[in-house]
Amino acid sequence: MTFWTYRRRDNLVGYLFVAPALLGSLAFVLIPLALVGWYSLNEWNVLGGTFEFIGGENYKQLLADEKLRESLVATAWFAAGLVVLNLSLALLLAVLLNQKLRGTTLFRTLFFSPVLVSLVAWTLVWQLMLQPEGSVNGLLGFFGVHGPNWLRGDTTAMVSVIVVQVVKNVGLNMVLFLAALQGVPAPLYEAAKIDGAGAWTRFRRITIPLISPTILLTSIITIVGSLQVFAQIAVLTQGGPGTSTTVLIYYLYQQAFQFHHFGYGATISVLLFVIVAALTLLQWRMRRKWVLHES
Amino acid sequence: MSRLPALIVAVLLALTACGGSSAQSGPKSLRMTVWTANEAHLKLLNEIATEYKASHPDVTEIKFDSIPADGYTTTLTTQIAGGNAPDLAWILEESAPDFVSSGALAPIRSKIEKADELTPSGIKLWEKDGELYAYPFSTSPFGLFVNTSLVKDVPAKWTWEQAMAAAAASGKGLVLPDFKYQNWAVLSAIWRGWDANAWSEDGRSCGFASREMKDAMSFIHKAIFTDKAIPGPGTTVDFFAGNAAMAVSQISRAGALKDAKFTWTLVPLPTGPKGDYAVIGQAGVGVMKRSKNAEAAADFLGFFTNEANSAKLAQFFPSVRSSLLNAQTLAKSNPLIRPEQLQSVVVEGISKGVVKPSHQGQEELNQTIRAALDPLWKADANVSAVLDDVCVKIKPLLERK
Repeated sequence: MTFWTYRRRDNLVGYLFVAPALLGSLAFVLIPLALVGWYSLNEWNVLGGTFEFIGGENYKQLLADEKLRESLVATAWFAAGLVVLNLSLALLLAVLLNQKLRGTTLFRTLFFSPVLVSLVAWTLVWQLMLQPEGSVNGLLGFFGVHGPNWLRGDTTAMVSVIVVQVVKNVGLNMVLFLAALQGVPAPLYEAAKIDGAGAWTRFRRITIPLISPTILLTSIITIVGSLQVFAQIAVLTQGGPGTSTTVLIYYLYQQAFQFHHFGYGATISVLLFVIVAALTLLQWRMRRKWVLHES
Repeated sequence: MSRLPALIVAVLLALTACGGSSAQSGPKSLRMTVWTANEAHLKLLNEIATEYKASHPDVTEIKFDSIPADGYTTTLTTQIAGGNAPDLAWILEESAPDFVSSGALAPIRSKIEKADELTPSGIKLWEKDGELYAYPFSTSPFGLFVNTSLVKDVPAKWTWEQAMAAAAASGKGLVLPDFKYQNWAVLSAIWRGWDANAWSEDGRSCGFASREMKDAMSFIHKAIFTDKAIPGPGTTVDFFAGNAAMAVSQISRAGALKDAKFTWTLVPLPTGPKGDYAVIGQAGVGVMKRSKNAEAAADFLGFFTNEANSAKLAQFFPSVRSSLLNAQTLAKSNPLIRPEQLQSVVVEGISKGVVKPSHQGQEELNQTIRAALDPLWKADANVSAVLDDVCVKIKPLLERK
């Protein structure tokens, strides 16, 4: 009996094939993930060079942190606003652009192009446009509306950040919806029409159920993405005015990289991880209810 | 985001960071983080480094690592966290208390040539228990730059009331270039004229709710929203491009006016109700205690800041050496500014100036105060209530040890 049986050799070859990907995710995903967990149990004074085990102290602080609560509220508003606006707009655009009309290709390209633009460049241009004397208010003035100072008002700042993000990324969801819409068999619509179903009923009873897997997918992507929005906040509002746009990840950045509380920052990122994981799990569980094909 | 790549690099470095701070023998390579990328600045720095290397063959490389000023401290601390600390680092005045008190810096007094001639007000921020932890290589007073193409009649000394009136009358206004309704500490260049302070001398009690601060902030609020003398929040107006009548800025910014298409002058800060005053911004350079080459780095710092090199550096960065603090010396290297302006703004500014507010845990204070002051930047703000709230918000931070 030799050591290198066929089976073992096959396994080795298999392991070697997955090794690059595995090592990559080990070095850049799993180890950092474990380190964050470890850091969250320590008080790390970067300047003083001390690293001290403090057990659950950071987690106690997490529970008592009022600013964290404000930040969670801001995050919830942001995520809710983003998901609702992004998905409904993406679906609307997809339905409109799914018509067999002249020029739809042009519009599809137009709505998708922001996805390809560099995020920071995109945000900087919006920052200029949202100035009190910027082009957004110029346009509003054209219609006789006196626009607010968008980035300096509590509500308008949040709305601005959401809209900037939606316009940037709506094209991606739009394309996914378009693909799904084109996968809906035309005979179903024809049959429904013969049965006397109106446009809304057809949309509600045929389109929605049949594209439900895509709705699930886009909502997961969008919610998870909304929890990771950083550059827009950093460029547009820096968390302000007040703390109205200090979403969780921006608060995490402030604590770790600006206030040098690396241990506490790691604790917040554990929280963020848990929230993202829980939301994804929840949506995945609920797919049986939402998604037509699964039961 | 310029700091993002640095963050990623630092995180990767954190994974591979190796400890060990034992002194290194043999050829040494030094790295100094700076926030200037100005060619003339870097040329001078490299000249000084080349001269040092010539007499110290064991030091093979001295590298000046430019990090953008925006987010400088964040990037620096991330490098330190990632085990990739520089050997020497420029430090902003606002981070001075954090760096000096944390023990991150090596003591350097013994390495500094003629340390006794450094003006006491200039090194106060960088000292702890009689030891010096960073050398204040740049001490730059705030002054009032005036665009004389827009404002013809500039007295040698304005009061703040007069200056704001002139700014409003010009139709172009007065700007504080670094303020942006975020960096509130810049406002100290105005509120010191009211004798207002962000916090007490010992840093333990809040000054925002004081009578002086409320008067000063009411004045600023009125200048913005009633008199329209200061451009409101959200607008960007560039004095150096000729779009504003006046700018409250540090004299180290004069270089930006080299190719100005308008005529300008520099006068000391106007007087406030409490009379004459000066405010300075500072930058220090320190040696990282944990550097493997801390000894060599401190030695280089001594050379970098000796009398001869201080004189060279003074053309960009005003020195706190009393021997260099006179209009004649400064005039040689500041052709853009007239000697009498140098005397009134720089020499007097440095000797009597108060450094911009700084405190341990500055960045957290910065953000907390910034957020608490945001409601002030509205036309209908209740100045007194907002300032009372600032104190409520920062009290726990000031009292923290």
